[in-house]
Formats: sequence, structure tokens, C-alpha cells
Amino acid sequence: MDLFEYQARDIFAKHGVPVLGGAVIENAEEARAIAEGWGGRAVVKAQVKVGGRGKAGGVKLASDPADAVAKAEAILGMDIKGHTVHKVMLAQTADIKDEYYVSFLLDRTNRTFLAMASVEGGVEIEVVAVENPDALAKIAVDANEGVTDAKAREIVEAAKFPADVADQIVEVLKSLWKVFIAEDALLVEVNPLVKTGDGKIVALDGKVSLDENADFRQPEHEALVDHAAANPLEAAAKAKNLNYVKLDGEVGIIGNGAGLVMSTLDVVAYAGEKHGNVKPANFLDIGGGASAEVMANGLGIILGDPDVKSVFVNVFGGITACDEVANGIVQALELLAASGEAVTKPLVVRLDGNNAELGRKILSDANHPLVQRVDTMDDAADKAAELAAK
Amino acid sequence: MAIFLTKESKVIVQGMTGATGMKHTRLMLADGTNIVGGVNPRKAGTSVDFDGTEVPVFGSVAEAIEKTGADVSVIFVPPAFAKAAVVEAIDAEIPLAVVITEGIAVHDSASFWAYAGEKGNKTRIIGPNCPGLITPGQSNAGIIPGDITKPGRIGLVSKSGTLTYQMMYELRDIGFSSAVGIGGDPIIGTTHIDALQAFQDDDDTDLIVMIGEIGGDAEERAAAYIAEHITKPVVGYVAGFTAPEGKTMGHAGAIVSGSSGTAQAKKEALEAAGVKVGKTPSETARLARELIGK
Repeated sequence: MDLFEYQARDIFAKHGVPVLGGAVIENAEEARAIAEGWGGRAVVKAQVKVGGRGKAGGVKLASDPADAVAKAEAILGMDIKGHTVHKVMLAQTADIKDEYYVSFLLDRTNRTFLAMASVEGGVEIEVVAVENPDALAKIAVDANEGVTDAKAREIVEAAKFPADVADQIVEVLKSLWKVFIAEDALLVEVNPLVKTGDGKIVALDGKVSLDENADFRQPEHEALVDHAAANPLEAAAKAKNLNYVKLDGEVGIIGNGAGLVMSTLDVVAYAGEKHGNVKPANFLDIGGGASAEVMANGLGIILGDPDVKSVFVNVFGGITACDEVANGIVQALELLAASGEAVTKPLVVRLDGNNAELGRKILSDANHPLVQRVDTMDDAADKAAELAAK
Repeated sequence: MAIFLTKESKVIVQGMTGATGMKHTRLMLADGTNIVGGVNPRKAGTSVDFDGTEVPVFGSVAEAIEKTGADVSVIFVPPAFAKAAVVEAIDAEIPLAVVITEGIAVHDSASFWAYAGEKGNKTRIIGPNCPGLITPGQSNAGIIPGDITKPGRIGLVSKSGTLTYQMMYELRDIGFSSAVGIGGDPIIGTTHIDALQAFQDDDDTDLIVMIGEIGGDAEERAAAYIAEHITKPVVGYVAGFTAPEGKTMGHAGAIVSGSSGTAQAKKEALEAAGVKVGKTPSETARLARELIGK
């Protein structure tokens, strides 16, 4: 889960990373009092989870409280790369002398953590990495040793931070590591980390991405979820513990196992090339031992998606036998009918693997007018795409 | 011969007395796995009856090894306790730990992986978030269905459980030497490369099928390794061509970030290394058939 800048700022402050004053508002008028409190001037920053907001006009300097209100008004409601601005953060202004970059992140390739640091902050670090790779220091951090004084010094020296700020940056790195560990983060990034006119080091902007697998020991993270931005179907699926991602096509997909469902999306997209370019409407993994209830929940979500024209249920019976899955589908349709949900979209079902014959027979015997059985993944994808294109 | 797991393997189950552990211990026994014990400190000294097979419960992995000579542990412990279970397996120096558990925090995986390194990598870790591995006709350590296929000469390594089953099913008449599910998490123990090298060295394997998915650069690195070190034919499949950027597709590691981790890049890297890559699971199976001459 990626956080908003204001949430990252709050988390930085909580663990001792130096930040400037900041406040998040949804109503432009609130900007007046905040700017007044800081002597009039403030930076008004759109809160969106996408890069490049400065270029898009989402960050403005306000010269006085009235201007802060005007700027907040202009930015609230803006669309930045498809993200609507619902909140702005007001930040204290800083006298910037220099801009640096520091981050900690997961290094998948080396199966460890990585520190990155550069004296060339303030621009996108991907650009620095490509155009001037020598200016970006990368230092591995052992997951169990962490960032000690010595490790922080090593990072500072590798990035060639100036001597007058070295001690301060060592402290920032140690605090930022605390954020990384204490919050179970996948990424903590400060860009820019600035040196002010009076020689102070301050985190001016930051990114934090949290590991949702750690939610069980991070009860405070629930409050950071941006419920307003979630797609309503994704929110409904999440409430039912379903692993669902909304996509922009017409063929609803249900399958068991993340890999098989990803593969199903691909096969449907290929089939769609022959049928008016229809595409998968969603990713939905109902997992290994899918009960009738889980199947009903999944079907309910997908049939509730107005974009869906047909549904492809693609199941490989592993430990779960196909007869159980078939019974699940039949019962799910009954459950949906009983709950008053009108099932009007055609379903293509492919069952393979454990007890496939038995499962197919159950579907044939149930003889549901909307359910078609197709026995291979490729043919079933083709049928589902054809039905969606009608 | 097979890789990592044979009929000689003596298997223990950490988390055997939980619901998932019980269910799969029964299935593993039915597949002929030599399960010599379970581990649960609160139930040490008791035993569990699985359809007539008494499996003793030990207080620790170390005790289980001492009493039984166990050399494989399959871990079904819930995410919150999984790190401690893996660390215990590493401390006991068990040669192979298969971590089935899904949903382990990545800081925990990074920590036990670093710990395994500190201890000299005496324990091979497979997973986490994986279906385990099977050597058909010999032994099954994990949750891969034992009745899909038979012993044969294809080696399979895959990030995905269900795609492993699908591919075993497509090629069931040919059979497999071993099939290894390495898991879909951002940090895993055994990689594609480790399995590729093991299949290269395995006299019972003629052809290797490698299944990848979006996220990270494991497939690209495997491609470079294949070009350099693997002389047996390799057939590949990559899932997730249509996955949008920035969305996690089921597996914690399955995410395209910016332009990195795309299926297209992985496919191109594999093809550049001489790997035949199928567009779909069925086409991948067809390519494997052609290469093995069946």
C-alpha cells in the first residue's frame, strides 16, 4: 500500500525524521488560518499517489493566506494523470540551499534491503540512475544487522555528502531505518532531503509503501487506507476477503490460484483479438478450497460489474476436487437467485484436474440455461470472448 | 534420482497438528512420503493417527532430527509464527525446509533468508508461499496433488502452484522427474536458477519446463544463467501479459513496477537465451512435447 505524502510526513515525524510543519485539508478555506499561523507563506501540494504532480501544476507556492486559499481551491479537484485531487497538504516553506536523496527499499534481486543515496536530489531518482549512475550510491543493508552508526556512515561516505551535513544525515538515516523496520515498509524515500539556509537537514517530500502482509502486527495501518479512492467493486471484494482487481474489459474472470488466473487473463485477451478485441474485466482468485459460498461471493461481485458481458470460470482441481467446485457453482447460482440477484450473463465453465468428469456431469445435470461447459482452457476462453462480443 | 526430494527423504511437518497441516500430512502420506514426525512443543510426546499410520510429535526440529534422522521439513505454520519456525529449522541445520505458508511479511522473509546465510546456508529453503515439491512415485513435500501425473523425464520449476498443476496435467502422459513450486513472494529461498542447475545435473531429467510470472527480474536472471550453464532443452511460460502496472496480481511478488517486471521483457530474455516460450499453457505443453519427441 502506497501512502499519501502527508501520511508519509506524519510517519517520518513519529520516528524522528526531521520534517517541516504540514497540515492536510479538504476544504480550501482552511488554508487561510494555517498559512496565517506560519506568517503567511505556504506551499500547497496536491495529495495524489502518482509522480510528476509538480509538472502537472499540483504544487504551488502561496505568498499570503488569501493566496493559499486560492491555490488550494485551484488544486482541489484537479485531475493529475487520472487521479482526482481530494486533499491538499499545506507545508511550511523552506530556504533550500541543496537537495539530496535517501531511501531504503526491498532489493528482490539480492534478497535483502538496500540503501540508496545521492547528492543529486529533487529530481526523479530513476533519471539520476540512468543519466548519472555514479551519483547514486547503493549499499546493501543486512536485514538482521540493520542501519548501525557504521552503516549510516558508510552510506554517507558512498554518496559523498558534504562534511558539514554528514552527522545530521547519519541521524536522518538511522531514523528513516526505524520507519522502515517499525512500519514494515517496502520503501521509504525522502526526495528531496534538503539543506536549509541555516544548515539544517529536513525531509521535504517523501514516499512510503507498506507491506500488507504485515497488517496482522500493524493495526494502525488500517487507518491509512484510502477507502474513498478504492474502486467500489474492489472495496466490496475486499470486504468479502476476495483477491480481486478491476480491469477495463468485458469478460469476467474467476479462477483458482494467482498464476492460473493471470494466465487466464492472457488467454482471454488473445481470444478476444478474434472477437472484437474484448478483454478481461477483472482478476479474481478464489483460492484453492473454494466453497459454494466463496464462489457465490465471487460471482456476485463479477455479475455486479456493469462492464461484464460474459463470465469465464476457469478451475483446475488440485487438492479441491472438481465435483465440489461444480456443486459450488450450482449452489452459488441458487444462492444468488434466492437473494434476488438476477443472473442474466452467460457463464462459461472449464473444469479440469481432480474429479473433472464428475464435476462436468454435475454441471450437465444441473442444466442451467446460462451455464456452458467447455473442457479446455483455450476453447473456453474463446467461447467466453465470443459471448462477450455479442 | 530426481531433485531435492526422493523416496529416501525423511520428512517432518512443522505445524502438523493444525487443520491445514493435518489435511496435507494425510495426503502426503497417501502419496508414499516417508513422514517421520511432526513438531509442536505443546504436544511433544504425543502422536497423531493418520488412517492407521502413527506419526510422533516432537518438541522441536532438533529433537525430531535427533530421534528420526529427518532431512526435510515442510512448514505449515501461520504467517505470524512462520519466521520463528524457519529460524528453528535453520538452527537445527535440516538440509531442506519447504515453507508453504502464504502471507508472510517480507521483513520476516528477508530476516530468515539473511539468517540462513549467516549460518552458512546449510538449509535449502523452498518458498515461502509455494506449493512445495513432488517427485512423482517417490515423495511429496507440500500440497501439490499427487495423482496428476506419474514419474517421467520432465523437470518443472514454477512460481505458481496452479500453473504447476496445469502443466503437470497437460504433460501427464509423459511424466515428471520432479516438480518444484518456488513461490510467488518477493523474497524466496530456492530460485529458478537453483532448480535449473539441479535439473541440469539430474540424470533422470531430459527437458526442463520453467514457469514464471510478472514482477522482479528472476526470469531475466534465469535466462542469462540458461545461456551460460544449461545444455538441456528448456521450455518456458510467463503469466501476466495483460496485468496492469502497479497492481498486485494475487501473489505478493506479482506486480509490474514502472517498466520493470513485465511478462514481455521476461519472454524476450528467455527467447534470447534459446528458450522456447509458449504463449499459453497449452502451447507451452506442445513445445515441450515437440522437444521431447512425444
